[in-house]
Amino acid sequence: MLEIRDLHVKFQGRTREAVSGVNLTIRDGEIVGLVGESGSGKSVTAMSIAGLLPRRSCDYSGEVLLGEVDLLHASRAMLRTIQGREIGVVFQEPMTCMDPLMTVGRQVEEALRIHTDLGREERRRRALRAMEEVELPEAETLYGKYPHELSGGMCQRAMIAAAIVTQPRLLLLDEPTTALDVTIQAQILELLKKLNRESGASMLFISHNLAVVRKLCSRVAVMQRGVLVEEGETDAVFHHPTHPYTQRLIAAIPTRRRKEDAP
Amino acid sequence: MKKRRKNTMLRVGLILTGLLAALILLGCFWTPYDPEAMDAAAKFLPPCLAHPMGTDSFGRDIFSRVLKGAGTTFGIALSTVAMGGALGILIGAVTGYFGGVVDDILMRLGDVITAFPSILLALVVISLMGPGKKSNVVLALGLVFIPSFARVTRTAYASLRDVNYVQSARLMGASHSRILWLHILPNTRQVLLPALTIGFNNAALAEASMSYLCIGVTPPDASLGYMLSEAQGVFQRAPWYALSTGLTLVSIIFGVGLIGQGLQREKGGEV
Amino acid sequence: MKYVLGRLVMLAVTMAAVSFLTFAAFDLISGDPATAMLGTQATEEKVEALREELGLNHPLLVRYGSWLAGFFTGDLGMSYQYRQPVGELLAPKVAVTLWLTLLSFLMIVVVSLPLGLLSARYAGGPWDGLWAGVNQFCMAVPPFFTGILLSYLFGIVLRWFVPGDFPGLEAPGKALWYLVFPALAIALPRAAMTVRMLRSTVVAEMNKAYVRTAISRGNDRGGVLWHHVLKNALVPVVTFLAQTLAEIVAGSIVVEQVFGIPGLGRMLVASISGRDYPVVQAIVVILALWVVAAGTAADLLGRRIDPRLKIGGRV
Repeated sequence: MLEIRDLHVKFQGRTREAVSGVNLTIRDGEIVGLVGESGSGKSVTAMSIAGLLPRRSCDYSGEVLLGEVDLLHASRAMLRTIQGREIGVVFQEPMTCMDPLMTVGRQVEEALRIHTDLGREERRRRALRAMEEVELPEAETLYGKYPHELSGGMCQRAMIAAAIVTQPRLLLLDEPTTALDVTIQAQILELLKKLNRESGASMLFISHNLAVVRKLCSRVAVMQRGVLVEEGETDAVFHHPTHPYTQRLIAAIPTRRRKEDAP
Repeated sequence: MKKRRKNTMLRVGLILTGLLAALILLGCFWTPYDPEAMDAAAKFLPPCLAHPMGTDSFGRDIFSRVLKGAGTTFGIALSTVAMGGALGILIGAVTGYFGGVVDDILMRLGDVITAFPSILLALVVISLMGPGKKSNVVLALGLVFIPSFARVTRTAYASLRDVNYVQSARLMGASHSRILWLHILPNTRQVLLPALTIGFNNAALAEASMSYLCIGVTPPDASLGYMLSEAQGVFQRAPWYALSTGLTLVSIIFGVGLIGQGLQREKGGEV
Repeated sequence: MKYVLGRLVMLAVTMAAVSFLTFAAFDLISGDPATAMLGTQATEEKVEALREELGLNHPLLVRYGSWLAGFFTGDLGMSYQYRQPVGELLAPKVAVTLWLTLLSFLMIVVVSLPLGLLSARYAGGPWDGLWAGVNQFCMAVPPFFTGILLSYLFGIVLRWFVPGDFPGLEAPGKALWYLVFPALAIALPRAAMTVRMLRSTVVAEMNKAYVRTAISRGNDRGGVLWHHVLKNALVPVVTFLAQTLAEIVAGSIVVEQVFGIPGLGRMLVASISGRDYPVVQAIVVILALWVVAAGTAADLLGRRIDPRLKIGGRV
């Protein structure tokens, strides 16, 4: 469904490529985890899929194919018809990613306003349904509230609702749980699993937290310094990491089992 | 690329202001003619080699007069910034660092005062002290500019009060005054320096305006503002009088404004 | 609603403080108005009678009280210079200055809002440095110098109006036309400032995370600007425009002199030179009310725009 072929991205004024030669495929209905430390190029990869790369200030090559369209080289106008309709994005730090002066409901239904001719009432109905799908309580009341009146977890649910309101084929999740505390994190992961089961949308889940990725993803790809060093089924990668960097990463996960193994 | 552009503003501003300052300094000791010397044979001469800015209705050399007048404007603006800046920084630093009720009250007061345009405040103060005297202009402007400097300083100090290096200095037993002036002050320069240039310009503008209205600096003291009011009356006969006087004033404000803007870019405030 | 009331109370308190300070200050320096009005040759009895009549024998607070009461009933005392009730003297001048101010404000808004947005749009482009220089230059031109140039160009050369011959508000069309030129002189530096302020605000907003979210939903540039950035940039802009209203009045004090407009500013200057303290005092309080009211209005408007301010962030 989404295929990244030999993606290279280099920001002007930098000597090293942010992404050098990444190949990655996401199949229908699949949740793929993209793991790496900060600066490893995982976010830049996501930005190139979402069409958010600052094209004027970087050099890029390769292909990012969504169906027939090459997102990397498509025109801005073409990209706009895909952004928000076929690809939904959820970012880290939900609080700052929401427009502070727009009501939650209007933000959830924004993609509908842009991509459909639906009337106000219908948009509202669909926004409320999306908000119920992400298990936001009292969607009707929340619809008219402003982001600062919501908790971080609720904001992130609202952002997910906004991303799925157009029922996109692909959800890009850029560290969506990093800014949240652990219990909320777990709830959001459960929610994402449920959404994937019910809607069949593919997901690319970006995180530096291996434990989280393991819970959620069927496949996982590991990046280091712009290079994809390892890719495979989650279980296989976790049990038999081949690349030394992956081995180190896995060794660093604090688990009870590892403590037992240690002595 | 970014680096080059932000330096251009600062550089052009520094060069322009430096040139003007050099000319003004020269004017303090030597002018081509006596600025007050009248010459009935040389009335309304257009700019020429002997009189680069022409002469006025009394045959006085405008260039010499502009040098003197610019000196007054420059000097008053400088002493305003020195006086308002010193007192404002002192008040702002102390209230911002120690906080408390006094700080609250003073700053609320400062909010009200700074809401008023500086020219308006200066006019009120000057009308209380008696218009038309140079010393009163300096005093009035100095007083008027204290609150704005105090406010800027206070904000900077309040934000730096609890940062790590200040706290560690405190733990090491540095005295309050040492922290205030040696530890915090140097780090507020990015905010204070542009504020000082803006203050300079506002003061220069206020002085020129008041002198134009004949309630600031009045003869025998030279002043660009007063000269402009003279020049307006004879604009048709001698447009060069108003133009050379006005453009000198504009250059002073433009140059210092560029410096301020350049300094602000230096800290990376914009773009 | 509660906040609106609170703000209005604050406005009243501020005005009370400002007017009292003005009153006390001018009372302190003005010496004896009775002697000032009658001249030094007047007899002791005459001066004493006038003092009694003007209520000058009462303590300061009592006199302030009656002056304040007079302010609300339109009785602002007598002008020393013109021997005329101050209220009567100032009423037509307030109208002239108000027109001048509003005209200038309108120019600033109409010119600088689109220019500010445009310059934010092209921020970082090749002409940016030059543009910033031109902007800085416009800010450096004092309104009274622009005024002198404008009155020469449009008054003497092009003969579009006659400098120094203000038609008076009885002919509103002609008067407004005359005021266009001084309004322009006042507006120029302030418009340049507004452009710069708007530009840096919009650029700063454009770099915030919510803009990236908006783009990721398929908004085009216009959508991002209209639906998101403008509203977020509005609060600082409104505050700045309120300040502009105050600055315009200050500018008009000088520019009225340049164009010979019989407004408050010219009156203020004349009264300061003539030490006509009741008039100075009244004008200062009127201008202060204007400044404080503009600030209050901006504050209330800001709260309407930004719901976060309602729960007590800023004061």
